[in-house]
Formats: sequence, structure tokens, C-alpha cells
Amino acid sequence: MPKVTVDGIELEVPAGATVLQACELAGKEIPRFCYHERLSIAGNCRMCLVEVAPGPPKPQASCALPAAEGQIIKTDSPMVKQAREGVMEFLLINHPLDCPICDQGGECDLQDQSVAYGRGTSRTHEHKRAVTEKYMGPLIKTAMTRCIHCTRCVRFSEEIAGVDEIGALYRGEAMQITTYLERAASHEMSANVIDLCPVGALTSRPYAFEARPWELKKTLSIDVSDACGANIRLDARGREVLRILPRINDDVNEEWISDKARFQVDGLTRRRLDKPWLRKNGKLVAATWDEAFAAIAKVKPGKSIAAVAGDMVDCETMFAAKALLGALGSDLLEGRQTGLDYDCSNLAAVSFNSTFSGIETADAVLIVGSHIRWEAPLVMPRLRKAVKRGAKLFVVGPEWETTVPTMFLGADLSVLDKLPKDVSDALSSAERPAVILGGAGLAKGALGAVVALSAKFKLVRDDWNGFNVLHMAASRMGGLMLGYAQQGGVADLIAAKPKLLLSLGADEVDYAKFADSIIVYVGHHGDKGAHAADVILPAAAFTEKAGTYVNTEGRVQFADKATFAPGDAREDWTILRALADALGVSVGFDSFDALRSAMIKAVPALGVEGLANYGALPKAGKSKASGTIEGYPIKDFYLTNPIARASETMQRCSAELLHGESFAEAAE
Amino acid sequence: MSLHDKDRIFTNLYGYQPWNLKAAQKRGDWDNTKALLARGRDAIVEEIKASGLRGRGGAGFPTGLKWSFIPKEPNPERPSFLVINADESEPGSCKDREIIRHDPHKLIEGALVAGFAMGARAAYIYIRGEYIREAETLFSAVQEAYVAGLIGKNACKSGYDFDVFVHRGAGAYICGEETAMIESLEGKKGQPRLKPPFPAGAGLYGCPTTVNNVESIAVAPTILRRGAGWFSSFGRDGNKGTKLFQISGHVDKPCVVEEEMSIPFHELIEKHCGGIRGGRDNLLAVIPGGSSVPLVPADQIWDAPMDFDGLKAVGSGLGTAAVIVMDKSTDIVRAIARLSYFYKHESCGQCTPCREGTGWMWRVMERLRTGDADVSEIDMLQQVTKQVEGHTICALGDAAAWPIQGLIKHFRPEIERRIAENVREAAE
Repeated sequence: MPKVTVDGIELEVPAGATVLQACELAGKEIPRFCYHERLSIAGNCRMCLVEVAPGPPKPQASCALPAAEGQIIKTDSPMVKQAREGVMEFLLINHPLDCPICDQGGECDLQDQSVAYGRGTSRTHEHKRAVTEKYMGPLIKTAMTRCIHCTRCVRFSEEIAGVDEIGALYRGEAMQITTYLERAASHEMSANVIDLCPVGALTSRPYAFEARPWELKKTLSIDVSDACGANIRLDARGREVLRILPRINDDVNEEWISDKARFQVDGLTRRRLDKPWLRKNGKLVAATWDEAFAAIAKVKPGKSIAAVAGDMVDCETMFAAKALLGALGSDLLEGRQTGLDYDCSNLAAVSFNSTFSGIETADAVLIVGSHIRWEAPLVMPRLRKAVKRGAKLFVVGPEWETTVPTMFLGADLSVLDKLPKDVSDALSSAERPAVILGGAGLAKGALGAVVALSAKFKLVRDDWNGFNVLHMAASRMGGLMLGYAQQGGVADLIAAKPKLLLSLGADEVDYAKFADSIIVYVGHHGDKGAHAADVILPAAAFTEKAGTYVNTEGRVQFADKATFAPGDAREDWTILRALADALGVSVGFDSFDALRSAMIKAVPALGVEGLANYGALPKAGKSKASGTIEGYPIKDFYLTNPIARASETMQRCSAELLHGESFAEAAE
Repeated sequence: MSLHDKDRIFTNLYGYQPWNLKAAQKRGDWDNTKALLARGRDAIVEEIKASGLRGRGGAGFPTGLKWSFIPKEPNPERPSFLVINADESEPGSCKDREIIRHDPHKLIEGALVAGFAMGARAAYIYIRGEYIREAETLFSAVQEAYVAGLIGKNACKSGYDFDVFVHRGAGAYICGEETAMIESLEGKKGQPRLKPPFPAGAGLYGCPTTVNNVESIAVAPTILRRGAGWFSSFGRDGNKGTKLFQISGHVDKPCVVEEEMSIPFHELIEKHCGGIRGGRDNLLAVIPGGSSVPLVPADQIWDAPMDFDGLKAVGSGLGTAAVIVMDKSTDIVRAIARLSYFYKHESCGQCTPCREGTGWMWRVMERLRTGDADVSEIDMLQQVTKQVEGHTICALGDAAAWPIQGLIKHFRPEIERRIAENVREAAE
């Protein structure tokens, strides 16, 4: 623990800290452009210069200098002030003064720091450099004349994403940041460079010229595009959410989100259900709420009612539906729409027990049937960190580009019973071995075999739990906690032939099998579920209601409401509450707070933010895995949910990045 | 005081004899190298330390000391490497070219001796991309040495395995900076690394690495053969040995010549170059150490000893000892403006002050050249050079700033005259 002095303040800093970190610990602000906590140190912007003694009689880049015992650091000396002014002046001589038309305006590091550390006037009379626009794909808009060459984007793509998509061409003043051959950046997290860019060189293409940051109302929320539960911020103006940005949460998403989480936002205003619809003579016609409820009441389902939860619904909605069905005397609840029927009697056996931050420390990881990059993009950077630290990675299933050294063991699940020697050696000699079971593995009934593996390799130890199941639906863990699981999965519901099927935004169910049921769709998009429905009750998307979500780790998180649902659409719980009246039963709550407290009473873990405790893993039975994983459940990363499917941005990403269609750029 | 032929290290500097192994052996190279190695690592390093040899690449860091930084106990997972800097791109410098062209075996033998002294697994010779014929010579010479068993497995039958690889650069000045050279060798964009860690701790492929200039390495075997005492009998204290001087510009006979350190400037010029064109009175200024050191006006350089400390005393530096002589026919502002363009062109673009500052400085220099400027801009330019100097990752920023600082220090009246004339012309 070296002791240093920062501007006269003496303090101890952790071993390995840099001078910049030491200054921050002392409460001093150090301006910076290239330095970023989660990227490697580049030291190229030279903005963070401070005076350090002992050392050469010139200012030092604090971001790259290790703090050492007895250093005397000055952050406010004339030398430092002069150095900062000089660097700021250099950065600005070739930076265009186009702040009024720059989307970064208001949240621009260069703008802020030039106010704080720059000179008031300009001394240059030379021409400014201009750089041609670079095409970086449908998500990232470039204005490379504004680039200050901090190389954060280059380092992100190399280090976090693990693909060499972005790099620098040429040298000196002529240096340019670009994608290789100006191809579109196609990594599923590529758009994080927009947040990383300290200036307006890389901005959001879909959000271009939409709004200024100070016009936006910011709401804290949780992403529902996958089961990671990334912490996000919804930026809304009026009734529209204009953009989604990541929030920092080191346990979940660090500070990244996937491109889908970020850019499906325009789907929230398209293909929306904004009034109730009734099927009359085979055709859907618009109706009023009264007509819709009357039509449902006429069915008189009694006990013959079932509910299927979609992938994006919150726990409150699921609990309200459960209460409704309970009042009617039914418990036919299911959330695994595609027919999965794995054993859910012990939730510890179906959650990501290592936690995301924990999996970074694993030293041998066996992935069974999961295309991690598409199913949980935020887990991949964690696995990359683990591999960088020396972990070995093995995959059972069809090959996919993991961006790290990987050993593929084939798609035949029987390999789990007789793992090759180097794999079993790696797992048994590892101090923190882990297995990740994904959707494709669950579908093939590999859960039992993986539980058996867990016992064999002692994945669960005193301070380590290496047994992980990776889900893909934001509602999954919450649904399982609320009992949305039948022994035989959706098949049990089909077999029960319910008179009324309540679909809570479920768009992946095969509704043809429910041909005899009256299908009531409570959802927000005119997607597959709505097409199959007999009654459509327009509800709220995740941005339009407060809710509780549980991610695949079993982490309970709360989201707030940013905007109101469009038209006649209502928040889901109010619809279900009204439906109870229509069906003549009582569900026991009249307000959202009452609903939430009833839910917490039923499942106390849902009331506590953070990891739920699922107890110990079940005892391993005799279970053998067999069969071949032909493919992964996600066929198109950008179109996995109704919001994304409605989003023009996601449609274009799918067409351009996955299906190779080219889009002509309109001349500006 | 001058160097006798018997004391020259580079006996084939002018290529009067062939460069090949046979001829080199006749000149004494590779003569019982095994015995040199048999002295042991520490003895070699101590001998070099005692000789007072300072790095010939420009910074003048004591070579023996540098070698001693490499860990004593080699770790098989992290072998040590010797990187030899033959990326001679400094305008005015051409000594490494002559060595490689005519005496490549001195370099290769030096590589073995130096590599052995620091326990290096291999030497990488990074040769400037534009040196095409020289690279061919070097490739052939290395091949000869391999065939003769002088390097490779059991080099010189000493029981030591040592490889020499020749790598051609692609024509970037910045790759002459030691960490940029390491990046380039690794196949990356040639951009200097942050220090610390220094190459001696983590250099090429993350392994302990020493980067030395061609001349520093090539003189090592001769120093060992003739002894540290012989080498340190030349030059002043702290500036020992012999040195290749490269004199270009307005002298009668520009040349590369080996001389002892600390020789006065006028003696060097008069003895080897036939004097200044037009005589002493016609001398305007001298850039004594390659383009990146400040120029020295005629009256100050004339008696100055040509060594590290002597030139530092007149506000300049020895650099690579590339002496650029300029007589009074020189447009001195234009000359420095051209150097500014060079630095603007060769800046790697990694860090801000150099990337943006070199372009700015060049543009102002161009206007000062024609006088299309305001007198206040001279001071501004001086401030800009101070803003670049010492704020960058590598020394290229300093190198770009110094020539301009030298110009402003010594030739400010000339710049002001041009601005005044320009204003008068514009008024007429």
C-alpha cells in the first residue's frame, strides 16, 4: 500500500493503483479522454498530465504511471495547468467547431473539458483537417473530422468484443479511425463505442438529430431483450422513449449493453396495439374495452383457463395472472413457450449460480449447447476475461465464433458421459471449474446429465458454484419463481384443452395446438400472438410500466416507468384486475402497491433487490444425455422478440449484418 | 590530436575491400570469437562498462550499463532478446548504412558478443526499408555466418545457441524509436509504447529486450579485443572512444569518417572535408547531430568539441554525429521549415501534442519562411514548441520542437526581417 501525497493530501492507495487513481481517491478531478476504466491504458491523449516528484522535470501522464511510495503529486500547479491548456489547444486546432449540429453536444467530454481546462481563445489561423466519413454500419454514425484519436473504440473492439473490426489507418495528422475496408461493424455489442467515444465522432445513427440530452427525462430500467437483465437508462421526451443507454452495474453488465437492447427502442412506436380487438367471423375488428371484456365474460371458462407468459413480461404481470387463475381455480401456468420441459423443482439447478462477475474467475468452462454471443452477449466479455486469465473453454454444440481459443467437442451430447481426457483433466484440476448449460442443451434434455457432471467434477465448493444455466428470456427466472412451469411444459396446457388461454405477450407459442381455446392476448405488439388471438387486450411494453425482473443469475431488479402506453393500451396488471371483475372473481388487490406486496408475500425473494437464494443443487440422479444439437434456438440475433421485430433498425441490422444485403447510402 | 589508421575500428568503411566473410576475417573479424565469449558474461559487460562506450544512436546512454539491466537468470518461458536498431532514418545520418554495406560482419559478430553478454536468445536486426541493397548484403552476410557456424546452434563452437534475424522496416522514421521498433517487429502498427515498463523488463513479445544502435554493437568485439583501456584513451571524460562522423552539406568533400570523440569541429571539417565551402567566414550554422538537435551558429560551433557534453554546452547535442553544415547561401528558415515538414510527415499520430503540434508548427514555419506572419507569431511558435516538448510519449515530439527552438534562439532577427519585408511589399 504505497503512501502518496496529492496536492498536500496524504493518503494510502491500493498496490498497483495508477497516479490517476490515486488523485481520484484524493478527490481530485483529472481530465482525460483516452483513459477508460474498462479498457487497457493507452496514454495517448496526454490530458491527464500531472506533476510528480520524484521524476523527470516534466509533466507525467497520470493514467499510465504507477503510484509509488513517497510520490508527491501536484494536480494544480502552474506546470499542470499549462500542460492541460496546451493539450486542449492541440485537440481543438483540428476539431471542427460544429457543436451546434453535433449530436454529442451536451454530453461531450471535449466540450466539458475545454470549458474547464481550455483557453478562452484560439491562436491558430491554419486550415483545419477534414476526414471523409467512414461507413461503420447501420448503428454507428461517423463524423471522423471530429475524432480526437483516443482509440477507445479500437481498444473496445479488440479487448472487450474480441474482434478486430475497428483500427487506425495512416499516421500523424492523417491518422484515421475506421472499420476494416469500411465494412459495417457487426459485433453484437459494437454500438458501445458510441458511449465510449468522448466526442461526436461516433454517434448513434438511428438517434441522429433526434434530441438534445437536456430535453430528455431519464428513467432507470432493466433490459428485457435477453435474460442478462442489463441495467439501462431510458431517455424519453414526451410520450416517446428516444434512446436506451447502459447504466453501470459491475455485477451485471459492467457498462455495456447489446446492440439489440440499445436499438430495439424504435420498435416501441411501431406495430403497437393501441386498442382492443375482437375476432368476428374470422377477422379481427376494433372494439372497445367493454366489448372485449364482455366477449371474454361470455366464454365462462370456470376452471378451464390457462396462462402462457411471454419472454418480456415482468413478475407483477405474471403474479396478477396467477392470482386471476388461482381465483378461478386453475394453476395451468407456463412460461417456456417453445415447449421446453426441464425439471424446475429446484431453482438452483436452473440458474446461473456462478454469477456473471464470478464466471470471470473460472479457470475451466464447459459450455453445453449455448451460443453465448447471441443468447447472452454480456456474458461473453466475462468469459473472455476468464480466458485471458488462463481459463480453458470447451463447447459442446455446433461451432460458433467465440473470439477466444476454444475446443469444440462436437454436437453430440453423449460426449458428456465420456469427456475427452484433456477436458476432464482440465475440469478436475481446475480450482474453479464451471459448466454453462444453454437453451439448446436444455431442449435436448441435458439438464440431468449436467447435474451429474456437477457432482462428478465437484462444481460446487465452499466458495464457488460452477453450475450454470443460461436462459434467454427476461421473464424466465421470475416466471419459474412464480410457478410458471408445468411438469410437461406447454404440452400439459395443450393436453388440458383450456376453454380460455390467456397469453401474456407470448409470441413464440405454437397457437395451432390451441385451436379449440379462446385465446386472449394481453400484449403490446401486433406480432405472432396477436395474429392468433381471438381477443386482443392492448397492454404496456417494458418501458411503460414499473416492474420486477429476475435475470438468469436469479438477480431481482426493479424497473421504472418511463412513458405511458399508447392509445387505449393499459398497464398489464390493470387489465388483469379488470378481467377479474369481468369473470366475476376477486384477485385481492386494487393498486399496484397492493399487487406488489401480495406478490412479495407469496414469493419474498422478489421483494429484495439482489441475488435470490435458491438453496443447494439437487442430488445427481442417473441421467445420460443423448442426441445431437442441430442448432441453437436463436436463428436471428436481431429479431428475437416482438419489439425488435417491429424495429426498423433491428430489421436492417438483420438484413445487412446477418443476411448480407447491401443498402445504398443516400448522398447527403 | 587525431586518429591513426591503426586505431580505426571500421577498417573497410569505404568499401575498398569486399564485405564478405573471407575478407572480413582477413581484417580481423570473427578472430577467435570463442575466446571472447569464453571470458563470460559478466567480464564482457564489465569491459564494455570500463570502456566508457555510450550508445551511438543519439541518446548516449552507457551501453554496458544497458546490457547489465537484462535479468541474469534466463527464464525459458521469457527469453531475452537483442534488437539492433538499423532503422537509420534521421536526416543527415548514414553511418549504419556504411557499416552494413561494407562491414556487415562487424555487426553480426557484435550481435553475437552482445547477445551472449546479456544472455539473449536471438538478435533481431531491424533494417530501414529504404536500405534495399544494404538489406541484401546483410541477408547474405548473416547467411554466410550461419553456414560458417559462427552463429546459430553452437555459435563459434562456444556451446551457445544464438540466432540472428534480419527484419526489414517499411519506411517509417518512428520505427527507429525503440518501443515503436518492438511493436513493428511484432507485426503491429509502429507506435511507441508507454514507458514504464521499459524494454529491459518487458520488450519484444513481452520478454526482456535490449535495443542498441548498429554502431554500438559493431564496435563491441573490437573493444573486447583491444581492451577497454585502448578505447577509453580517445576522447574526453564521459565521452570516450571513436565515433563515425557523417558530414554533409556545404563542405568541399562531404564524407563519413571515423574520428576520435571530442575532436574540435574545425579540425574535423578541415582535416576530412576540405573545409567549409567558401572558407570559415562563409559558415552560417551547423546542425551537429542529425535533424533533431538544435542548430548552432558558426561562431559557437567552430571550436566546440564534437562530443555529447561539448555540444550540450552550446545548446545542442551529438545525436548520431550527423553534421549538417550550412553556409551563408542557405535559406535557414526554409531549411528548418523543411525539417518541420519531415516531423509532421513522420509523426505516428498516437499522442496528441505531436500529432497536432507538428502540423501546426510546420504551417507556421511555412508562413515564417515567406514572412506571411505577424511578429507575435514567433513567440507563439516558441510557446507551441514548448507545449509539444516533454508532453509526448516518445522523443519525436522533442525532436520536432528543438530545431525550431534553435532557429528562434539564433536567427530571430532573420525571421523578423522577412516579416517586415513582407509587410512592406504588401504595402507597396
